[in-house]
Amino acid sequence: MDSLSLSFKGDKAKEKTVFYTPKENKIKSSIPRKIFVAFNYTLLTALAIAFILPVMHVFFSSISDPYWLNTKSGLVLAPHGINFTGYQLVFNNKDLVRGFGNTIIYVTVATVLGMLITIIGAYVLSRRDLLFADVLMMLISFTMIFGGGIVPSYIIMQKLHLLNTRWAVILPACVSTYNLIIMRTAFSTVPPALEESARLDGAGDLTVIFQVLLPLVKASVATIALYYIIAHWNSWFQASMYLQNRELFPLQLVLREILIVNDANTAASMSTLDAVSDANAYKQLVKYAVIIVSSAPMIAVYPFVMKYFESGVMIGAVKG
Amino acid sequence: MSKEKKFTKAAIAKDMRRNWKRYLLVLPLIMFYIVFAYLPMSGILMAFSDYKPKLGIFGSLVKRFVGFKNFTEFFGSFYFWRLMKNTILLNGWSLIIGFPLTIILALLINDVANKHFRKTVQTISYLPYFISMVVVCGIVVDFCKTSGVLGTMMTALTGKTQNLLGVASYWRPIYIISDLWQGLGFGTILYIAALSGVDKQLYEAAKIDGAGHFKQLIHVTLPGISQTIIIMLILRVGMLMASSYEKTILMYNSQIYDTADIIASYVYRKGLMDGDYSYSTAVGLFNSLINLVLIVTTNKLSRKYTETSLF
Repeated sequence: MDSLSLSFKGDKAKEKTVFYTPKENKIKSSIPRKIFVAFNYTLLTALAIAFILPVMHVFFSSISDPYWLNTKSGLVLAPHGINFTGYQLVFNNKDLVRGFGNTIIYVTVATVLGMLITIIGAYVLSRRDLLFADVLMMLISFTMIFGGGIVPSYIIMQKLHLLNTRWAVILPACVSTYNLIIMRTAFSTVPPALEESARLDGAGDLTVIFQVLLPLVKASVATIALYYIIAHWNSWFQASMYLQNRELFPLQLVLREILIVNDANTAASMSTLDAVSDANAYKQLVKYAVIIVSSAPMIAVYPFVMKYFESGVMIGAVKG
Repeated sequence: MSKEKKFTKAAIAKDMRRNWKRYLLVLPLIMFYIVFAYLPMSGILMAFSDYKPKLGIFGSLVKRFVGFKNFTEFFGSFYFWRLMKNTILLNGWSLIIGFPLTIILALLINDVANKHFRKTVQTISYLPYFISMVVVCGIVVDFCKTSGVLGTMMTALTGKTQNLLGVASYWRPIYIISDLWQGLGFGTILYIAALSGVDKQLYEAAKIDGAGHFKQLIHVTLPGISQTIIIMLILRVGMLMASSYEKTILMYNSQIYDTADIIASYVYRKGLMDGDYSYSTAVGLFNSLINLVLIVTTNKLSRKYTETSLF
């Protein structure tokens, strides 16, 4: 188990990911090759359209005329009678606004706490001169392939009196073994000489971690931070198991109610605007608007952080 | 690995003297795993007792020990074969369809010479991954209802007006297609990274030997990423029984339990909805054990035949 290691590209050397592409101009392309290239471009274009189409549909629907929307079946490929009432209703919905607030708390606290525990723990476990490092790592990795299951987890949370508290959402998910392994591998690739020279200057463990090593493994830190943020933003299952108090619900649980569980009640609770007489007509519109609003933060960020994912994690370099 | 570590008394004492500060630093991490991973594992004991909250996990085990009764009850129940079949079919089809498609898509993207086109395709295909599972399921529910995009399409095709999520035979296609939509693009990242690591000189050498693009694919590209493929396969097979029950729980309904209900969703219903703790722990344990056997076996087979393994 210990030999499970992830080689990490971004850190060690600042090598850019170079994609190998066949050089078309060097050797004259054969005709079958040309046909294949044309086929490939067509297929990928079609696929890209298939990937983006549902998102476009949701977006255009969310800014369309609600009465038109209710009569329309099939994909909405252009907005009809621009209308932002859906978004107004979303921001006027108390449950949703509170859900947003809760999610921001959960994401922030869980990510900061998780990053601290992960980084410090990964550093210690990456030190070769630590007698128990390998044993600990084995016990930790074992939890990736075997666990108690949801019912025992629930019972333990009950016994710890964490049910129905914010900690029930934050604590059980704050460390991910996968991220720990990424971080540990990153630390173990830094040449030991750097740490040794800092030690001679009298630096302690924490100084070594945060001032000497961390700047060298920035890419890994960014990657696991992203993984944590996305995981916490999107998580709903633990909250649905451990929380009954609606005041504590994260955004995703509110979304589940609106989008999946009960569309009947939603319409009623949505009619907070006086102008809205026919709440039912706005039901669809609000659903689409809420999808856009809740997904926007993650979608807006990801093109900028894609390079971390790409140069990022790669399972490989397995020592047998 | 360097030299063997010896856990003699003297070695432990020396290690503690020298490294106690570091052990202190790693303590929060250790506590996390004890409380949120190993304590729940001890909860597995509930499977062998008739758990009463008042007695606690160990008290119930001592005073209300029932042996394998919960297991035999499950194996003998009407649900057992249906759940096994649904779990294996859902995850099996996901694997058979999703695994090769991811590799093929990575190869196709990798073959694109135009940088901008490649970047655009990648950016768009990763996008659904960043949409939360709740929202993806919300979109699926919306598309599948009678007046939804897919619902009306199927009405036109079959002449029957129905909510697609209420039809048992549609469940697996809906599950798998929505999975592909969300994860296919993002799944290629790993392979594209692996492809970029294939030694370029090998391609040059193959070209000099007169190998065309197809031969390069067979003799250079695929061997170059075979290790990644095998490791991903081990991971996927190992997850065969554990893969996302969240999606099932979000979208299924009693009308389609015939195909949609899997072991994990059954555990969730029995344990957390009905409060049948001991029985559902036993069913969950059965699921985890199969999983463990699967991952250890695939790993062993892979080590034996391909000299690539996860652990």
